[in-house]
Amino acid sequence: MRLTTKTATLLALVALIALAPLFFPSAFYYRVGALIFVNGLAVTGIVILTGWAGQISLGHAGFAGIGAYACALAPVHLGLHPALAILLGAGVSAVLAWLVGRPILRLKGYYLGVASLGMGILISMVLNNERDLTRGPDGIDVPDLGLRAALKTAGLDLSNGEFWYALCGIVLVLGAWLALNLHDSPTGRALRALHGSEVAARTVGMDVPRLKLQAFVISAVYASVSGSLLALQNRFITPDVAGFMHSVEMVTMAVLGGVGSVAGAIFGAAVLTLLPQMLTVFAEYEQLVLGLVMVLVMIFLREGVVPSILRKLRGTGE
Amino acid sequence: MTLLSIEGLGITFGGIAAVKDVSFSVRPGEIVSVIGPNGAGKTTLFNMISGVYRPGSGRVVLNGEDVTAMSPHLLARRGMCRTFQNLQVFQSMTVLENTIAGYHLQESGPVLADLLHLPASRRRARAAEQGARELLRRVGLERAAEREAGSLSYGSLKRLEIARAMALQPRVLLLDEPAAGCNAVETEEIDHLIAEIAASGVAILLVEHDMKMVMRISNHIVVLDHGEKIAEGDPATVSRNPAVIAAYLGAEHAAG
Repeated sequence: MRLTTKTATLLALVALIALAPLFFPSAFYYRVGALIFVNGLAVTGIVILTGWAGQISLGHAGFAGIGAYACALAPVHLGLHPALAILLGAGVSAVLAWLVGRPILRLKGYYLGVASLGMGILISMVLNNERDLTRGPDGIDVPDLGLRAALKTAGLDLSNGEFWYALCGIVLVLGAWLALNLHDSPTGRALRALHGSEVAARTVGMDVPRLKLQAFVISAVYASVSGSLLALQNRFITPDVAGFMHSVEMVTMAVLGGVGSVAGAIFGAAVLTLLPQMLTVFAEYEQLVLGLVMVLVMIFLREGVVPSILRKLRGTGE
Repeated sequence: MTLLSIEGLGITFGGIAAVKDVSFSVRPGEIVSVIGPNGAGKTTLFNMISGVYRPGSGRVVLNGEDVTAMSPHLLARRGMCRTFQNLQVFQSMTVLENTIAGYHLQESGPVLADLLHLPASRRRARAAEQGARELLRRVGLERAAEREAGSLSYGSLKRLEIARAMALQPRVLLLDEPAAGCNAVETEEIDHLIAEIAASGVAILLVEHDMKMVMRISNHIVVLDHGEKIAEGDPATVSRNPAVIAAYLGAEHAAG
């Protein structure tokens, strides 16, 4: 029996996450791994929105910001457990995506890109300027999730790095599973169809604005959960998480790896998360490198690295 | 009994009447063809009927309901579906997936069920796939099911579009030049297919350039010239009509 893309992707992902620590030169790489998983999660949302539904968002970091600050603020001000704050952030992001997307996605064309850009900038400005609530650009402490301590009392003693590596890994696998379920489901098929031909999608009865809105809301939840995990892991967050560069980073990761493929997007997230860790000089030129990656991929590997390689392999295999 | 009636439909583009006061009707199981020289307004008429353009005047009545300028996805719910002159297939999806997309109204359900791969979602998808495979057999594309649609020949894509439209089990099917660009064999295959669909009780409205095909399969022909209806009737009557010969056949002879 041939392996479906879904099974193959999930198996590869689980194997990589489980086996990679065997090759870690130092404990520091648990942290790098966890960052890759967090970014991979956000980028999986981009795959659903951009790769399948063909819509572009330039403000997805705004949702990551909401997820992150929900975990910083809700436990303090609302007395919510941080785990519930993740859900609250996801809920707020979903509602905001719905409110922004609903009027915009009735229009044809790339208006979502512009509207989401504005939305992202607004969220970033609020986080920077509402000092009384968010402490502004200096950032804010985030409470402990408490799960590691609970696991310890249950007899599973993990280091902080190991714990976040495992938790983010599990959430990423879950996110990938959901996305891959969606891909071959009626909704996923409809999203890919409207990307191919909107007029044909409408003639077969697809409610195109509604489908696009669903994709936008789902991808907002992915970004939000990713922001929450980042905040809880770092125990500290600054408004940069909601900044425009973070939105661009997400799109670039997806485009580099292959915006139509979950495996590709996670690969793209891995490469662009590892680069700055490997090359310290990269940090200074990050924006330059992101731009360069985008241009080169568009010229040479339109579908992204992973789908292009897979196509080559299949081409020679048949 | 009339299933689809077009009542005084008209539209102007930049002050010029592209279609003017066109009326006719289609009954279940009937094949009605719209013919006319290039630029006569056939595709514009089609786009108005199928909700792509908003008519400037007149009404489209489907099964007793005024559906003028209704969005295509709502028309689909009411049993009207169309194909396109310039193919509109989902290129990067497989032939099977393209056909399954035609079952969207039947197979779509709560997005949460799809995300979680719940049995209900799988059941809907499986039913749609079975139907799609059956349809692909009917149009002779079953062996291409797993291929990417973009890799099919032109004639096969035309049949794929018809299969996708049939998946909706429409009561009215609008076919915009289904045989354009097809060779004689492919045209004949499409010919049979259309006759078969009509025989199952579907009302078919056809725009077609291939006069032989039109004369062979139509029950009723509407002739447009410069956006106006100049004649209508059965194929024999229309082909003898002097106005039609002058406007359409005459123009073609003069051009040839």
